[in-house]
Amino acid sequence: MPDNTLLTVQKLTKCYGKLAVLKDVSFALRRGERIALIGPSGSGKSTCLRAINFLDPPTSGEIRLDGQLVGRHQSGRQLTDAELAPQRAEIGMVFQHFHLWPHLDVRANVALQPKKVRGMSAAAAGELADELLAKVHLSHKAQEFPGRLSGGQQQRVAIARALAQRPKLLLFDEPTSALDPELVGEVLNVIKELAAEGRSMVLVTHEIAFAREVADRILFMDGGTVVEEGPARELLDRPKEPRLRRFLSSLSENRA
Amino acid sequence: MNALLFERIFHALLSGAVVTVEVSIGALTMALLIGLVLATIEHLTVNRIVVVSIRIYVELLRNVPSLTFLFLLYFGLAATGVRLSSMTAAVVGLGMIGGAVLVDIFLAGFRSVPKGQSEAAAAIGLAPLMAFRLVILPQGLRLSLPPLGNYALGLVKDTSLVAAIAAPEVMFNARQIVNETFATAWVYCAAALLYLALTFVVGQMFALAERRLEY
Repeated sequence: MPDNTLLTVQKLTKCYGKLAVLKDVSFALRRGERIALIGPSGSGKSTCLRAINFLDPPTSGEIRLDGQLVGRHQSGRQLTDAELAPQRAEIGMVFQHFHLWPHLDVRANVALQPKKVRGMSAAAAGELADELLAKVHLSHKAQEFPGRLSGGQQQRVAIARALAQRPKLLLFDEPTSALDPELVGEVLNVIKELAAEGRSMVLVTHEIAFAREVADRILFMDGGTVVEEGPARELLDRPKEPRLRRFLSSLSENRA
Repeated sequence: MNALLFERIFHALLSGAVVTVEVSIGALTMALLIGLVLATIEHLTVNRIVVVSIRIYVELLRNVPSLTFLFLLYFGLAATGVRLSSMTAAVVGLGMIGGAVLVDIFLAGFRSVPKGQSEAAAAIGLAPLMAFRLVILPQGLRLSLPPLGNYALGLVKDTSLVAAIAAPEVMFNARQIVNETFATAWVYCAAALLYLALTFVVGQMFALAERRLEY
């Protein structure tokens, strides 16, 4: 069982001054498993996700990827950004607002990591980029600059960019929240295809139907803690905690 | 105005223009180097002493009048035994002052690059120096171009100050030729037109660069 664990998050706490936005969050992710973090805004789910690769360093707690301590030295000292770089390279991240690099064309956005971080030749990195752009159905946009793409296309490029890292783990931070409604589907479809390949993922999402379909397990967060967790369908169909019930019914009200 | 007089004015101003261009290019090059290096250091370092040292340099040079600083370099240093040629003093003086201005222009450019850009760079595993070179620098330089263009225009005009330390640029030669010919209005009018032509060229160069670097 321990061999099968990819990511462990233990007693993660994050405070801004006296305000604790994450309190003792713990969970583990098996290799090939997909966990969705859901919850109202301000529940700490994005902070939790961003703590995993130390973009928002946690105040305390422990993160291990493949058994290796992330973000901290054995002594507890936090690693510098330069020391963190090789660990972050193993974790792909997709942001809500894409954050593609506007001065590079689409292919260069995807090829940058393999070329500059993993030392791949320009030709090999370009080939990898083309292969991944085909996977997200954007081969025809390889030469475009990000500014000329729709939000959905930009997010798919961002997914290709994360895949170019050959990451052990993929993090998605509300990947469809910044998109026009008609563009959400194309991004979710790409993520579903990745899920079908058995990739390990942690997703923060507001798309409950999507979470049900893609995630193996769901963690419902509120007030910086995990209030309820369980297999996706079970948790959504038979919520136990009143807070989760309230959250789910408020979502369905909005839909109606 | 006879043809001979016209020719004298023309030659004096033309040779002055060459010096003005030389001082402008020299000072601009030096200012760009100082500005870029110091802004990069200040952007990347966490060392307080380094930051404070750069701030002191910037504040000192930005808050002393250019003419005062040029006099200090040319006459002041000479008085202590270090004699700079008027051209050297002009280029170094304007270059050091420009460097102080450009530190803040470049720094503002780097800081205007949205935070998500460096987060994405960090997330793929780029070390800070690489992230700066590949993601922040190219975008920050693009953002710095408009104020940089303004600075360059100002610099071309400010080269007229170095007439006061006997660098034979446009205004120095203009005054000389006025003293010899008393064609005051003609000479200064021609000098003004010459500056207009120079600043027009500089302005167009920056406009072109901005268009070329658009994305």
